[in-house]
Amino acid sequence: MREILRVTGLEVELGKRRGLFRHKPGVRAVDGVDLVVHEGGILGIVGESGCGKTTLARTVLGLQCESEGRIEFSGHVVSGVPARQARRMRRAIQYVHQDPGAALDPWWRLGASLAEGLAIHGVTDRAEQKARIAEIMQAVGLDMAMTERYPHELSGGQQRRMGLARILLLRPKIVILDEPTAGLDLSVQASVLRLLYDLRDRFGLTYIFISHDLSVVRRVCDRIAVMYLGKVVEEGNASDIFAAPRHPYTRALIAAAPHLDGVQEGPMLRGDPPSLRNVPSGCRFHPRCPIAQPRCTSEEPSFDSISENQRVACHYWQEGISEKQKPEGQAHATL
Amino acid sequence: MTSPLLSIQDLSVHIRGDAGIARILDGITLSVPPGVTMGVVGESGCGKSTLLRAVLGILPRNASIPHGKLEFKGKDLIKVNWAAARGRIGFVPQDPYLSLNPVFRAGDQILEIMRKHAPGTRKDHASTLIDLFRAVQLPDPEAALAKYPHQFSGGQRQRLLIAAALACAPDLLVADEPTTALDVTTQREILALLRGLVSDKGLSLLFVTHDFGVLAALCDRVTVLYAGRVVESGLTSDVLRNPQHPYTRLLLACHPDRAVNLLGIPGTVPAATQQPEGCRFHPRCPIARAACSKEVPPVTEFANSHLVACPWYADELPEQALA
Repeated sequence: MREILRVTGLEVELGKRRGLFRHKPGVRAVDGVDLVVHEGGILGIVGESGCGKTTLARTVLGLQCESEGRIEFSGHVVSGVPARQARRMRRAIQYVHQDPGAALDPWWRLGASLAEGLAIHGVTDRAEQKARIAEIMQAVGLDMAMTERYPHELSGGQQRRMGLARILLLRPKIVILDEPTAGLDLSVQASVLRLLYDLRDRFGLTYIFISHDLSVVRRVCDRIAVMYLGKVVEEGNASDIFAAPRHPYTRALIAAAPHLDGVQEGPMLRGDPPSLRNVPSGCRFHPRCPIAQPRCTSEEPSFDSISENQRVACHYWQEGISEKQKPEGQAHATL
Repeated sequence: MTSPLLSIQDLSVHIRGDAGIARILDGITLSVPPGVTMGVVGESGCGKSTLLRAVLGILPRNASIPHGKLEFKGKDLIKVNWAAARGRIGFVPQDPYLSLNPVFRAGDQILEIMRKHAPGTRKDHASTLIDLFRAVQLPDPEAALAKYPHQFSGGQRQRLLIAAALACAPDLLVADEPTTALDVTTQREILALLRGLVSDKGLSLLFVTHDFGVLAALCDRVTVLYAGRVVESGLTSDVLRNPQHPYTRLLLACHPDRAVNLLGIPGTVPAATQQPEGCRFHPRCPIARAACSKEVPPVTEFANSHLVACPWYADELPEQALA
């Protein structure tokens, strides 16, 4: 598959102030991230809240300026330019909000919200607007009559479809989906996932799928990047990572996801991730890591390839794989 | 079996509104024996939260209970009043970020509950609370007493709320999706904590969720609700492994772990004011017969304590419904 987006050494510092007398340091929400996205693929980005998933997405989108690093889109460098220009160069990258209902103006009919996006992007001809809206509404499985309604009349699933319709009008190449299934019922979630597949095939889209629901990520994504405190700690094919997670954080994250058989085993992570203002020395995961060694507190692990398709940032990724992990909290459902 | 701690029989709850009377719950029967964790599962609008509110006696003013019994420790709370159960039922709310008042110390908020409902002096209460903080594994329990809610993380706040629910040493704990606002890693810790507390203190738990994974990890038994009625109930392992009602079967097939069904279930949950006659699932059911739109389906015992409210449960679902 062709490479469509490449991110190299990306750093984003948030909340930095430069005064006349005083400099206030910011926090590095994204701290040296390398990613490659292939055309037509679905890259999942997973991690606990505060790990920098959304900041990464906003930076790729051009809504947030990078402090360091390079972003290449379709072979062109699109980073290192002023904010407005950055956003213009990245028009073909679009974003679907976590809560698409809140992203719609409650006083506007849905048709007006859809036409607004087109007008901003230079499609001002009414007839053409209408034709494009009709095409997209049909594609996302909504009735054209819906454009006369107001946002509060939509159900959760319809809101998601509307959020997708709104950005598909702009004919994007890459769509960033921020928690696209959060808060949806199981049956609605299934139909939204099916729709995402259909739209990808029909419009030749590439997805970046931000989610904390590992069952969904496992089902949908072909590649995964696991983030911890602003860094990617493991990246690889979804099937490989779920079959054999290498980084101890990935292992704990996968072990924590509840399953239908009720079995929860593998190492349990204690406590919360440390604050970005106080990043631990060495490997930033070491205070919570079950296999940490003295070396981990001083030496930061590099992000190394361990196979053709998989990279891991851990000194001891080979350890603890063969070791039989003790089952903990014997599940009730297996009784 | 010993007599249940909580026994709900044929409970109906109606809510009067502008659009007419909404029959939110219609003939719910379920019981929670001592020491059992009972999960109530269903999609939004099925009446899960109303059921919890009925148990807690905090239904809205325009709600009425036309018939049914709600027995807690042998007393019908609808007849004698919920005061009979005060302090004996603890409640863990859904959102740890919204459920604590930000301007009061977390400890004081819990001590206030104890002053109202538990005997003893403030000193006794404070020492009980520190023990509870230890039981819910809050770091530095003595210092936690004087902290404000914003000084705790989301997972720690949920621990605080669990401690608050346990403050009056209840017999029954009622929880409304207490892990939806948390990360999976924190969720796992909270589930392990609840499991431990339930077995250590011999508590019963009534646990509402829409997440089958969480249900499987925590609950011994499950009741599946659809549009205000019980469609299936039984041991969690039986129901999840071998679902019988067409609704449960279709819903579980949507789960990404099973992932046979990416169509969803056609149609939507009916509005509470416009419930269909007969079986409430029949407009969306792929195996519905003519009779389903007229008669309320009888509850059949499929296997030992595994109940199904569908007479056609043995029928195969058509393959396109699972495509």
